[in-house]
Amino acid sequence: MNATWSRFNITSIVLGFAFLYLPIVLLVVFSFNESKLVTVWGGFSTKWYVSLFHNQGLMDATWVTARVAVISATVATVLGTLAALTLTRYTRFKGRTLFSGMVFAPLVMPEVITGLSLLLLFVAVGLDRGFLTVTLAHITLTMCFVAVVVQSRLITFDRSLEEAAMDLGAPPVKTFFQITLPVIMPAIVSGWMLAFTLSLDDLVIASFTSGPGATTLPMKIYSQVRLGVTPEINAACTILIAVVAVGVIIASLANKRREFQRQRDEQAAQRG
Amino acid sequence: MKSLGSIRRDFAPWNDPNAKPYIQFDKVTKKFGDFTAVNNLSLTIFEREFFALLGASGCGKSTLLRMLAGFEEPTAGRILLDGQDLRGIPPYRRPVNMMFQSYALFPHMTVDNNIAFGLKQDGMPKPDIAARVGEMLKLVKLEQFAKRKPHQLSGGQRQRVALARSVAKRPKVLLLDEPLGALDKKLREETQFELMDLQQSLGLTFVVVTHDQEEAMTMADRIAIIDKGEVMQVATPAEVYEAPGSRFVAGFVGNVNMFEGKIAHGEAGAASIDAGNGITIRTENAGDAATGAAVAFAIRPEKIRISSTRPAGAVNAIEGEVYDIAYLGDMTVYHVRLDDGQVVRASTMNAARITEDPLSWNDRAWVSFRPDAGVVLTR
Amino acid sequence: MSNAAVTAATSSRATAAGKSALARLGEAFVSRLVILIPYLWLVFFFLIPFVIVFKISLSQTAIAIPPYTPVLGFGDGLAGFFAQLNELSIDNYIWLTQDALYVNAYVTSVIVAAISTVLTLLVGYPIAYGMARAPAMLRPTLLMLVILPFWTSFLIRVYAWIGILKPEGLLNQLLLATGIIGQPLVILNTYTAIFIGIVYSYLPFMVLPLYSALEKMDYSLIEAAKDLGCPPTSAFWKITFPLSLPGVIAGCLLVFIPAVGEFVIPDLLGGSQTLMIGKTLWNEFFANRDWPVSSAVAVILLLLLIVPIMLFQRAQARAQEQDR
Repeated sequence: MNATWSRFNITSIVLGFAFLYLPIVLLVVFSFNESKLVTVWGGFSTKWYVSLFHNQGLMDATWVTARVAVISATVATVLGTLAALTLTRYTRFKGRTLFSGMVFAPLVMPEVITGLSLLLLFVAVGLDRGFLTVTLAHITLTMCFVAVVVQSRLITFDRSLEEAAMDLGAPPVKTFFQITLPVIMPAIVSGWMLAFTLSLDDLVIASFTSGPGATTLPMKIYSQVRLGVTPEINAACTILIAVVAVGVIIASLANKRREFQRQRDEQAAQRG
Repeated sequence: MKSLGSIRRDFAPWNDPNAKPYIQFDKVTKKFGDFTAVNNLSLTIFEREFFALLGASGCGKSTLLRMLAGFEEPTAGRILLDGQDLRGIPPYRRPVNMMFQSYALFPHMTVDNNIAFGLKQDGMPKPDIAARVGEMLKLVKLEQFAKRKPHQLSGGQRQRVALARSVAKRPKVLLLDEPLGALDKKLREETQFELMDLQQSLGLTFVVVTHDQEEAMTMADRIAIIDKGEVMQVATPAEVYEAPGSRFVAGFVGNVNMFEGKIAHGEAGAASIDAGNGITIRTENAGDAATGAAVAFAIRPEKIRISSTRPAGAVNAIEGEVYDIAYLGDMTVYHVRLDDGQVVRASTMNAARITEDPLSWNDRAWVSFRPDAGVVLTR
Repeated sequence: MSNAAVTAATSSRATAAGKSALARLGEAFVSRLVILIPYLWLVFFFLIPFVIVFKISLSQTAIAIPPYTPVLGFGDGLAGFFAQLNELSIDNYIWLTQDALYVNAYVTSVIVAAISTVLTLLVGYPIAYGMARAPAMLRPTLLMLVILPFWTSFLIRVYAWIGILKPEGLLNQLLLATGIIGQPLVILNTYTAIFIGIVYSYLPFMVLPLYSALEKMDYSLIEAAKDLGCPPTSAFWKITFPLSLPGVIAGCLLVFIPAVGEFVIPDLLGGSQTLMIGKTLWNEFFANRDWPVSSAVAVILLLLLIVPIMLFQRAQARAQEQDR
């Protein structure tokens, strides 16, 4: 679409973004509140951050969450990429409809159902609940998101690149690793980041599938929130937001720089 | 200069000083930020005229059309339609309709609903709409396709639906933005004549934007050649071709050989031009160019004869060497390099089948032309 | 070209180069593996669990580990398996239909999700429309700004609203200070708070498909409608909106389906006075430790959502076909 940007358009965007961002901004602001009352400003302070780092339970949960997120995101990226390849490249095989159903359904499936069903599976096969089960559960959920992200890139992938490689004598597996993979790499990276944050974020599935000693950060935050809103939680949330924001900003800056570099190279090439 | 007629000899309101203008661009300027798309442009179009705006992409011709349709407002100047100033009138209240370059067929509506769309906006009674849609479908020969959606049609069929939709409301003016641009060559040629017939039978005023000179020459009564937001020349196709007003127009429309030089001696339209390197051109079409003026002598390839010896009695004959021959079937184009390095194109109709070509690559050859064959350009 | 054809074509070239038949077999094996690994993973971790949920929903609660009987298996041989089979019952389902609490929870969840979906559409459409009409240079930035909150924790974003909505919270402070209201509004722990929470959390899911539908649209269609005499508002309803319908449908499904089973939002913002099925299931499982009943709750919830989920999957598949 291409047309004039009316005042109505601008207003709705500004209001919409204010709605999206204001709660987060307020949360961050009140994490620096001196007062214990979350909603009454009592002056600037970083004491809640200090007390946060002395909260051993929270620190342990953070460590567990980080490990779960890294491992599950990495495995999910491999599985999700394979699933995306299957969806885009193998259009005719037995059970394809079932397969695409199994990839798309977890995206919208209420988490309580996924969580409960995974728990019952782990009990049925006699797997003790803990770190491993949470990780397996997160792999299953996030691989579907990775699959969707990578698939949307594969759809627009120019197949003649692969055909050219094979025409020049590269066998399919080599072609995949030398041609296809480098081209779809940005999508795979953003798939990994998505999987990582989803795992970092998940409360419901983790609550079902986790066991003693494997309490994740969202579970910890949730149990404290149930006891009442405290500035310490605000501080913990602020740190989480900061980590994600920094990650996203670095990724987009790197992307911009690559883009910029490419444009400069192209200009130089045209001049030269 | 002899008067050059148009195809429809009887129709020439632009030669009639009493004719009432229908569309008037009056000192129109349109700026987009710093960019001036249309620059202080004035143009008059008459009722029932088939008028073409011809120019390269980005020359401002589409902006003119969009201002007429009401999608853009001029930054300065007025646009009048049938005496009425169009300023401030939104596109949906203007008595003009447009056929879009992309056709802009509504993908979620069937062919007949697309055609009926404009009629429904006017609140026309249902039976009348049905009758008009039927008439339009018949006009573009798409009766069997009424219930199809746009994506179920071929490119040519879509083009005809777009045409039917834009003429269904019987607009005062039909605007056509590159109407044949998306069609292949053969279909384009057929459709050109269909469009001309349609314009004649409906008696509408057509304003067509095109970058294709052949299209403009075939269809239009008059052509306006636009460059950088300004009108270079407005004239009939024959005038544009045979009597271009400037170097730009001569070079833009068709192929041309151009000799830059000075008027050495001129009187009453006849002159000799010193084109340097010992080349002197005698012409009868110098107009009022004064002695000593820097001019260009432009001559079309088909008006140049090529021969292996200097033709007896030729007024203008220059010697050179054949360096390229292109056989095109209906004609052959020779590229002759003159002794000063300039290349002259000369084309010869192949009136007879398989003739022995007397000229070959690297042969010495003479190019010659009559004194009335070219024009002198001062701009 | 199908993959088999690619493999065949390269294989013949490879044979010419003197490649062994074993290597060709290897390649066929690899492509089989690409399909099998994710396929088997999803069958084992996504499909089979549902079968287990269904099986347990038919068993009885017991004070044991795991807390249900019978444990259907072949441990006691075939005879034991059939004996256990006889103990399966649909008692849990009868119990669910007879207890008004569950029926209410299902009905309320669907209604709350439906209302929230409509509200999200009403909030999201102008945003997506504004983005699609923004200068092309700005669009990637706007898109990133919509996606960015999605990267921050869902739990945190819901939690942030507690501080805003509670009686002594920021919204009431603001409204009282400006004199718009004289008494603090009770919003937290009501359905209103749930609506706000769902609209807020799911807004990006609505905006993104709407934006991609609107952005794809050729603006000359609107110009054509205006050219044919259609004023702007009417052009919106006759052209823009119908053409954005695929985005509307995808967005609504992306919001509606998870919202029906939502747990975090009703739990944190809805308080104890509101009733939704995701919370009921959670309580049944964690507080009452009644695994068979919570399984039955999950099975019925799944049956309720199976049609929307299939619609969603079909919409996804169709969108994929169009992009190809």
